[in-house]
Amino acid sequence: MQQKILLLDDEQDFLDLYKEMLGQHLSTLPEVRTALTGSRALSMLESDKYALIILDLHMPKMDGLQVLAIARRKYPELRVVILTGVRDEQFRTRAYAMGVDQYWIKPETDQEMGLFMESIETLLSTESHGGFRGVQSKSLVDIIQLECLSQSSAVLKISNGAVEGRIWIQNGEVIDAEAIGLTSEPAFQRILTWKTVSYEVLPPDPGRPRRIFTSYQGLLLNTAQAMDEAASQVVTPAQDDVASASDSAVMLADISQLTGVEFVLASVTRKKKRTQEFTGIEDPKPVAEWMEQTLEQFEQLGESLQVGQMQQIIGTGPQRKAALARCGDTRLCIGFGASISADDLRETMKTILTKWVS
Amino acid sequence: MGFLSFIKKTKRTKLVRLPSGSFTLDRDGNVMTSTLPQGFPDSQIQAVSKCVLAAFQMAKKAQMPLSELIVNYSALRILARELRGGAIIFLMPSTANPPARTTNPN
Repeated sequence: MQQKILLLDDEQDFLDLYKEMLGQHLSTLPEVRTALTGSRALSMLESDKYALIILDLHMPKMDGLQVLAIARRKYPELRVVILTGVRDEQFRTRAYAMGVDQYWIKPETDQEMGLFMESIETLLSTESHGGFRGVQSKSLVDIIQLECLSQSSAVLKISNGAVEGRIWIQNGEVIDAEAIGLTSEPAFQRILTWKTVSYEVLPPDPGRPRRIFTSYQGLLLNTAQAMDEAASQVVTPAQDDVASASDSAVMLADISQLTGVEFVLASVTRKKKRTQEFTGIEDPKPVAEWMEQTLEQFEQLGESLQVGQMQQIIGTGPQRKAALARCGDTRLCIGFGASISADDLRETMKTILTKWVS
Repeated sequence: MGFLSFIKKTKRTKLVRLPSGSFTLDRDGNVMTSTLPQGFPDSQIQAVSKCVLAAFQMAKKAQMPLSELIVNYSALRILARELRGGAIIFLMPSTANPPARTTNPN
């Protein structure tokens, strides 16, 4: 099926020029449509499916960041590229924080234009489901195979929200992996089950001791088998509910054992119903209300200020400290003793979020 | 006509840059002092103020009084300190490539 690109800019000449270039010079021969205003672009997105939107930041009435905020929320699969004359570093940071795929300054030379067209070509060939957003059209399996086939040495740092994992590759062999308290093969298998991840290739670490002795082909095969087996296990809804509730209880008890933690309150959504689970707190209702409203208000504020995702709120009081965060559908409020240092609190929160996600 | 169309040309909205600075609020949410640039919209200052004061007040109601609140976004950090019902609020935008630190040659 022919892919569609939506081009948004307030200058007709610019739209005509880029429509011609993108429509004729990309090998996929996409259909390019144009819009002069943000509201027009949004109504076009509403009525048809687009693979990519390319938009300017400076526009009348509705600026590019506003369009981006709406497009990201309503169409998470849509690829977004900013093409602008704004060289301000802050806008670049904010655009990336809000989830753009690429931020381009309008090309001024043939070489820059060539690079831009190449990047659009690559973006369009990206699979829309799963895999890496950092390396277009390559899944994690592809990356590992590429590194191994080319006999490379590198460390792959993979992030899945708050959770991080690493895979060590030495001379074309996977020698170790680490993720959420797991090491070697179990860690490798866990990392490969993550769906939407970003990654970074770090310099090799020759001093890393080898803990995986299976060939990379064997590893990938074992992982695929494990994932197939997991997918084929049938769990009835009732069993699922009981298991989730007991998992949460174990998790809360586990978190409450961490140094400095006084109470844990989790507001979990199961089957569209929100329930509170807690430990170390007598009356969770007022704290839960504070947590829900504060998280919601600051999330809305983040959207209106266009500053990307809200990561964490930390409150300090004379009696205790408290941290609020969202983890998928769960909202967490963790109470700490007043004496915990800011660094320890940050580290503990990182551990808690990692545990929760895992 | 060319001149008229020049005058009538659609005005572009100004992209609002997030300022780095602080402002103080009284207990009713009125801005008392501010180091934020005048170009930063009042509506956004009010939105921040409302969230911060509400968070302090609700925490107090929940028997968990707070003297400081730090809110981390991907591209902004808000630091608020409680001031007898009001607050002083610092806005600190983050940049992906902060300017390099200069080292003291001595």
